[in-house]
Amino acid sequence: MNGFWSKGSLARYGASRLATAVLVLVGSIALLCSLTLIVPGDPARILLGARATPELVETFRQQMGLNLPLYERVFVFFRHALQGDLGTDVISGRSVTDMVMAALPNTIVLALSAIGLAVLLGIPIGCYAAVRPGSLLDQVLAVFSVSLVATPSYVVAILLLYFFSVRLGWFPVLGAGEPGHFLDQLHHLILPMVALAVGWVGYIARLVRSSLLEVLSEPFIRTARAYGQPERRVVMKYALKLACIPTVAILGVGIGELMGGAVFVEVIFNRPGLGSLVFDAIRVRNYPVVQGCILIIVAIFVVTNLLVDFAYAWLDPRVRETLGRARSGGGA
Amino acid sequence: MDILRRIWRSPSGRIGLIATLLVIIGGLAAPLLATHMPNQIDVAARLSPPSATHWLGTDQLGRDLFSRGLYGTRVAVGVALAVTAIALLIGILLGIAAAYAPAPIERIILAVFDIISAYPSLILALALVAVLGPGLQNIIILVTIVFVPRFGRIARAQTLTIKEQPFLEAERALGASGGRIMLFHVLPNIVGPIVVLASMNIPVVITLEAGLSFLGVGIRPPLASWGSMLFDGFTYIGQSVWPVLVAGGMLTLATLGFTLFGEALRDAIDPKLRREP
Repeated sequence: MNGFWSKGSLARYGASRLATAVLVLVGSIALLCSLTLIVPGDPARILLGARATPELVETFRQQMGLNLPLYERVFVFFRHALQGDLGTDVISGRSVTDMVMAALPNTIVLALSAIGLAVLLGIPIGCYAAVRPGSLLDQVLAVFSVSLVATPSYVVAILLLYFFSVRLGWFPVLGAGEPGHFLDQLHHLILPMVALAVGWVGYIARLVRSSLLEVLSEPFIRTARAYGQPERRVVMKYALKLACIPTVAILGVGIGELMGGAVFVEVIFNRPGLGSLVFDAIRVRNYPVVQGCILIIVAIFVVTNLLVDFAYAWLDPRVRETLGRARSGGGA
Repeated sequence: MDILRRIWRSPSGRIGLIATLLVIIGGLAAPLLATHMPNQIDVAARLSPPSATHWLGTDQLGRDLFSRGLYGTRVAVGVALAVTAIALLIGILLGIAAAYAPAPIERIILAVFDIISAYPSLILALALVAVLGPGLQNIIILVTIVFVPRFGRIARAQTLTIKEQPFLEAERALGASGGRIMLFHVLPNIVGPIVVLASMNIPVVITLEAGLSFLGVGIRPPLASWGSMLFDGFTYIGQSVWPVLVAGGMLTLATLGFTLFGEALRDAIDPKLRREP
């Protein structure tokens, strides 16, 4: 600990992580732009289809900056994005920023509630399994959690939709509910939330189980037991807190995968949101909307990862020097 | 043989092995096992439940679900194996190259890996579809792009750990060329963990491919794929649940089987790897 900017200080670590994050953000848009160069033919013509008039193609080229070299396109896109302008929808002429901002809250509510549910269910399941390793309950829970992880979220979503909406009629089939009507929105949220959370319940349960088992074999736990602390207290008070740290770490990656899962869930339940917006845009090759949505999704992903890394580094100084390298090995 | 025996010993490994074999045999023997041609239309029997002629029922055009499901296995497993093999090859080469390359090149390779990984995998695949367009060949290309960094990173990390070891130094002293060292001495020593990662990657690819096909941007009809079967079933779910049950069931059997098999394989080859969630 010598100085604000010394090697291994939080400030220096933060600055280098921040620089990487900005690079990744710029790079991801550059990648998207450069792909239009790789594809043979005129992107404007391909994207607009064969029936587009030459005038329309020319306007589109101007709008997208397709006449400019790659680095200039990326630069122009980010200059506008920093001013809050993500471009214009080629089909409806609406501002992409407005469209994204209208869709974003729905997706954030969906993703956060799904994570919340997954944590609420996953941690107790993981705990139960870890307290009695090798028992019948542990084995049943193990198979159960793998099944949850392995079943694709869209299969879960369709089956939930079929049983609870089509057959039983307990939940609505479509939409996100009346705006401003909280109970109605909650009613519409439940099935999509469960569908999105299911895989993560299994994942978190497995993670908590393995890290709790590891923590329970540490010397300080033995000490706590030797002091005659009740087992329940040892697990709940001392071990669980440490065992949850890896869970925090995967939530960073988790947000990204949830954004992917949200596409399916939003399409299946016909919910407005970032996922269904980007999906609709891709189907009609509405390129500016795709680009705007992608920027926001990648930005959310990068920012959550950054926050998680900071939280981690703040909790554990050893991480600061190695995390930059080590965490790159992950990916759910 | 020893590895297979170790996999067989754990209950979940056994389930995984059986499910994986079922899926692979089903795919390979699809022309023998199928009771109908996968695209044979029988409008009179559309959306019918299981019967003696159609063992698992029919879809909205009266096509036999059992036969289509079997042929769908070929697409799913074929794409998964192709993608994993190509991504493995490119990833390993780039990873070893990055570990040996001068710092600027290493940094460029890693930056590209970082950028690709900054996308959630489905979103990247969708973005690539928007540019490349759908279809079997494009799906293989774009899903490969998604997975190259995962193999590349671990190959690089593994190479770095053995790079300075005496046996490689000895090889260098004997005058072996850089390429020879990388191919014949580094590669065999890092391949174990990477193969395990590759096997655990297969269900992820299956899920992604079926997901893209479900969204209508993957495998194009009339080629039978679980994803597009699922989508057709979803469209007609008010009339019959069988298409969804068959496609979703086979898909889940495959992903579950490969997941359990991959984990058992990992535990059998190297229990140390277990710590990675």
